[in-house]
Amino acid sequence: MDGVGTLRRTPLYEVHRAAGARMVPFGGWEMPVQYSGIIEEHLAVRTRAGLFDVSHMGEVELAGPGALALAQRLVTNDVARLAVGQALYTPMCTPEGGIIDDLLVYRLDDARLMLVVNATNTQEDLAWIRAHAADDVRVIDRTAEVALLALQGPRSLAILQRLTPTPLETVPYYRFRDGVEVAGRRTLVSRTGYTGEDGFEVYCAPGDAPHLWSAILEAGRPDGVLPAGLGARDTLRLEAGYLLHGNDMDTATTPLEAGLGWTVKLQKGEFIGADALRRQKAVGISRRLAGFTLEERAIARHGFAILHEGTPIGRVTSGTFGPSVGKSIGLGYLPPEHAEPGRRVAVEIRGRAVPGVVTKLPFYTRPQPAPA
Amino acid sequence: MYPKDLRYSKEHEWARTEGNRVRVGITKFAADRLSDVVYVELPQVGAEVSFMQPFGVVESVKAVSDLYAPVSGRVAEINRALVEKPELINTDPYGEAWMIVVEPRDLAELDRLMDAAAYAAMVGEATS
Repeated sequence: MDGVGTLRRTPLYEVHRAAGARMVPFGGWEMPVQYSGIIEEHLAVRTRAGLFDVSHMGEVELAGPGALALAQRLVTNDVARLAVGQALYTPMCTPEGGIIDDLLVYRLDDARLMLVVNATNTQEDLAWIRAHAADDVRVIDRTAEVALLALQGPRSLAILQRLTPTPLETVPYYRFRDGVEVAGRRTLVSRTGYTGEDGFEVYCAPGDAPHLWSAILEAGRPDGVLPAGLGARDTLRLEAGYLLHGNDMDTATTPLEAGLGWTVKLQKGEFIGADALRRQKAVGISRRLAGFTLEERAIARHGFAILHEGTPIGRVTSGTFGPSVGKSIGLGYLPPEHAEPGRRVAVEIRGRAVPGVVTKLPFYTRPQPAPA
Repeated sequence: MYPKDLRYSKEHEWARTEGNRVRVGITKFAADRLSDVVYVELPQVGAEVSFMQPFGVVESVKAVSDLYAPVSGRVAEINRALVEKPELINTDPYGEAWMIVVEPRDLAELDRLMDAAAYAAMVGEATS
């Protein structure tokens, strides 16, 4: 098995191989990193549409009368605010306020929630969630029963609409609808994504994934849709200022430090990490995640030192060349006095201090549609 | 894929003899493997490079790779166009995307490189 025998495969594995994708291990899965090329796929998503297989993401269902209370205790954002059919983004923290994972919470109905978690963390998350679950809620790992396709880009709505009778403009950002028929298959369609573009995430049965994948690519052919891999997903999310757990945040960093203060609802009632985050908010943070842009095209890789006048003041957590911004960009934790947009920094790349400037996130904002 | 008039290193550089100078670049195989080259770091004109020692760096979104000199000598020219248009390495690796021109100390070093057939065999492809 070439030493990859333990890697899991999504139901689209054969489809990716047939399309000439380059496969890489990611979070315990064998995933497509690129098809035609990272930059080409990236630009397709920004200007037209791209289709991603993100079936490696973990799905955890909380079912029972205690589902909402359990979620409220586990995450920092306020799940009680969710209407049925609505989703939210939230960190899940340790008692010390460290980020165990970041996830989406979907309110499926009054007594059922779906948590969508990072592939890399699915097993740890499940153990953590189960350890905190009382008898009034069941914690069900749905990862193997759910495939997930993400159609992202300005043409997404038009493309997906050709395949479904459900009027998709009635599904606003961070809303979803269950039981939507797409290309004759039953799906859950969610107006969410990780690219900074309009788009949809389509949850389906694994057996339906190859049919839906082909149907979406076929329907989107006139629009120039491309299959897109994890490589483009990473450049897109970084330009959009979205964090990657394990790179930009982990159990040693808090949501306040990571710039996710907007997801910490200290007024909602007790939750794991609330005390620590309340204290940190009162005392103030000693470092903050900041974006930076370099003056050269050299890439600031994870772990490189960030310098101020030659002295290390932080480390790069993510860095890439942003195809849409045309510059080398990255993220890293800096002392607050150095984290203000406009402050000069440098990144040490192969022994050389490459100059740059702290940049307000996101690096890229999509153009607003022209008024009709 | 691999022009017959070039010599090839095991680190995927090509060398083309032009009179008493040698032009250097990377192969189509290397460019494809890197894909999406976004940055190239080249030596200064006048710098000395040594046989199979790093002379620069090529970087793609995914990875960074050293460039190895297929011949020792003094750098006579560098391709400044690659600074602004590194994507040329993906589109025209044997033409517009040459990297440096070396005034070699010992042209016999090129005999230690591979011909097109040997290189194609090394990367697991048949010569076209």
